[in-house]
Amino acid sequence: MHLSSNNGPAVELNEAELRNAGPARERLVVVGNGMAGMKTVEELLAKAPGRFDITVFGAEPHPNYNRIMLSPVLAGEKTFDQIVLNSREWYDANGITLLTSEPVEGIDREGKTVISQSGRVVPYDRLLIATGSMPFIIPVPGSTLPGVIGFRDLADVDAMLAAAAKGGRAVVIGGGLLGLEAANGLRVKGMDVTVVHLMPTLMERQLDPSAGMLLQRELERRGIEVLTGADTAEIVGDEWVSAVRLKDGRELPADIVVMAVGIRPNMALGKAAGLDCGRGIRVDDQMRTSDPSIYAVGECVEHRGVTWGLVAPLFEMAKVLAHDLAGGEGAAYTGSVTSTKLKVTGVDVFSAGDFSGGEGTEDIVFRDAARGVYKRLVLKDGKLLGAVLYGDTKDGAWYFSLLKDGADVSAERDTMIFGQGFGSADAGDPNAAIAALPDSAEICGCNGVCKGTIVKAITEKGLTSLDEVKAHTKASASCGGCSGTVERLLAVTLGDGFTAAPKVKPMCKCTHHTHDEVRAAIVDRGLKTMAEVFQAMEWTTPDGCASCRPALNYYLLCAWPGEYRDDYQSRFINERAHANIQKDGTYSVVPRMWGGLTNAAELRAIADVVDKFNIPTVKVTGGQRIDLFGVKKEDLPAVWADLNAAGMVSGHAYAKGLRTVKTCVGSEWCRFGTQDSTGLGVKLERMTWGTWTPHKVKLAVSGCPRNCAEATIKDLGVVCIDSGYELHVGGNGGLHVRACDLLVRVATEEEVLEYTGAFMQLYREEARYLERTAPWVERVGLDHIKAALVEDPERRRALNARFLFSQTFSQDDPWAERAAKGVDRHEFNLLAEVG
Amino acid sequence: METAISETVWTQVGSIDDIPVLGSRVVRTPDGDIALFRTAADEVFALEDACPHKQGPLSQGIVHGRRVTCPLHNWVIELATGEAVAPDEGRTGHVPVRVEGRSVAIALGEAKLSRGGCRKACGHV
Repeated sequence: MHLSSNNGPAVELNEAELRNAGPARERLVVVGNGMAGMKTVEELLAKAPGRFDITVFGAEPHPNYNRIMLSPVLAGEKTFDQIVLNSREWYDANGITLLTSEPVEGIDREGKTVISQSGRVVPYDRLLIATGSMPFIIPVPGSTLPGVIGFRDLADVDAMLAAAAKGGRAVVIGGGLLGLEAANGLRVKGMDVTVVHLMPTLMERQLDPSAGMLLQRELERRGIEVLTGADTAEIVGDEWVSAVRLKDGRELPADIVVMAVGIRPNMALGKAAGLDCGRGIRVDDQMRTSDPSIYAVGECVEHRGVTWGLVAPLFEMAKVLAHDLAGGEGAAYTGSVTSTKLKVTGVDVFSAGDFSGGEGTEDIVFRDAARGVYKRLVLKDGKLLGAVLYGDTKDGAWYFSLLKDGADVSAERDTMIFGQGFGSADAGDPNAAIAALPDSAEICGCNGVCKGTIVKAITEKGLTSLDEVKAHTKASASCGGCSGTVERLLAVTLGDGFTAAPKVKPMCKCTHHTHDEVRAAIVDRGLKTMAEVFQAMEWTTPDGCASCRPALNYYLLCAWPGEYRDDYQSRFINERAHANIQKDGTYSVVPRMWGGLTNAAELRAIADVVDKFNIPTVKVTGGQRIDLFGVKKEDLPAVWADLNAAGMVSGHAYAKGLRTVKTCVGSEWCRFGTQDSTGLGVKLERMTWGTWTPHKVKLAVSGCPRNCAEATIKDLGVVCIDSGYELHVGGNGGLHVRACDLLVRVATEEEVLEYTGAFMQLYREEARYLERTAPWVERVGLDHIKAALVEDPERRRALNARFLFSQTFSQDDPWAERAAKGVDRHEFNLLAEVG
Repeated sequence: METAISETVWTQVGSIDDIPVLGSRVVRTPDGDIALFRTAADEVFALEDACPHKQGPLSQGIVHGRRVTCPLHNWVIELATGEAVAPDEGRTGHVPVRVEGRSVAIALGEAKLSRGGCRKACGHV
């Protein structure tokens, strides 16, 4: 490497001599006194002291400081003096002319001079543009109001500190690194802080949703309000900001607004000088712009189509450029692998590389809910591709070096999630004995299957579970006495590809916990979001699957009525579209007919809808309602609007919830009827409609023991008798027909309603998702249900009260919300029509 | 098959923000509906809106990881390739997607649609 120039033998010169080596020295002018520009100068001084006559322009009044430490300054953990990188004495000692508060206004490329705002003209041989970036201000109305602050320099920090001294409320727009650091600082300084973030989780560019959720919870614990999925519409105020208005109409009062939604390369100077610019000033691998005398480094550049906003790449660029300026050859900047850390005291967050997953990638996820630790490593082809660490970041550097080096980590794969320090000492291997068996050893006595056969089947057919081995070899398929041995054989053969079959079936492949364990944890440990469940119950996938997500959504909704917000994307399409998907992709629509009653106006409205929308099939359902088949999805809101106009609401024929209450005519017309079964059916339906349950629920009321409403094969059936009412539960006319069990006989309608509410709630709270009442009653036993409802009146009343409470949040007509209020409009509109 | 060498034509179809996270939106084309999916990691994929099994509308399925579960019979399809996850066999056509900033474009000309071709799983044409 050529550090010094090409002339003669090296002579040791002192600094003063170097500086005064005469007019032959080239003039280097640096525009920008920030971290990238000064790093270049520092490196250059180290490599080729005295080679250049250096002049530095800084727009700010300060010497060079560590911009990434502004957050600790805001939080009061550091003073400005502590973050100064190079004092004025340093500039003097190195013979650098520092011009502060002196923004550069223009470059005369032909005359090779720069012109500053104050009119100073300085000639250059080589020019370095290091103007950094500007905070991006979202151009919403009010964004230029006083009190709207970016987070970029010390002046911004001073403005925030001045505002914080008065107390009051701050709204921080942007839940990325800078926004959260600003929010934390302002909170520490005593302000009420709300973070408004457009994306569903915080720091989504650095963290996966699980880690983002943990971070959000920690910030909320510190008293910072976090609104995700929140889009700013307007900043409100006359002479000073007073509030931030979101697109959904919410208005957040604010004494200051910090805008930290991102940065834009500050390329104005380069652009005005006619340099080739894209998103930033374009540079090659030697940091040269389109003008060979002009270089650029840092956040103001675009290199290979990429712009950078972290310090590590800036320093890498600076090193390459310094090498080049010092006369060296062969150095090239080829892009960076970056890692980030959030500078909020007590919150350990680390992320590096690419963790978005993708084809051929594998995830290793570690969750230790008790310690609040989450780690995720993304591997591809035996190499580490990305890492996200929360709560325990001590191995971040190790992972980052493995990642940057592209090291083959196959050997460490098994234990690397536990960190670098994880002991590799050989513990006693329980599978060693099995491994040592000869192929001819008989494993399954019942079916005469030997080891060699099983191993061959495992490797050749790619078997990974006991059940698969059973299916393919018959080993362990009879008495099962050898199943433990077969599992160990699987473990020996597959290595880490094998997980032993648990005793109780887990909820799905995303977790080793059962439905019951997860439900219990949600209530006992106060888990209130899906992401919290993923963390606490050690999910192995970032966002669950089509099987666990709907179940969790239900469990959370049931546990925290009014509090948990339904997760739309975790619902099956029927519940998202509030209609039943049919085999051809069209939908069917069933309006509610309370207790099976209807009238001429409703029938007329249905007939009109059928004509208007060319609905091909109209059918009466098994639950005494009218089903309209073959509706196009985009027509659904209009169909609903017309049905709503006639007073009809959704029949929830698609719901894991109450479907219908089937009735006979009862005492009003029937010569055998003993009670008003239709009237009671209407009351039951009015009470129970709109509820969410583990599976669909059907009720029925028969006016006499002739049971015309077929009440004894329903989830809950009421049979009216002379002396009152018989309540039957756990019936099912479905796949496996089951007649009800008689629960109790009661005397009044009020008791029927109370028992029904209590039964519904017990089912809601205890059954597993997609378990209907019939298998549930069989699993827990009728005695269990009688003990809760019949023998313990207090518990019955409490269950009913909980049911009625949850109903106060669920009895809105979903059709009306979508037809009239435009809820979920995107669901029914095309994204685009092309071609 | 002969392929003309030409530049990819990208058709703008909207913003990534118009597609719900872990959700999907449909783009209608003369060759049929294309489903655009958005993952939790903000990747966007486009598939022919038909399951290789019985042509269920994949756009209406539940998205998880980089997969979607068909709403009709729970086949699971890889968003990146259109390939059904084993033990099921079959493939749905996929369309190249480009996201620039927030803007989403698809390359219809490059689409590998199965329409008109044989679908392995069901034998339909």
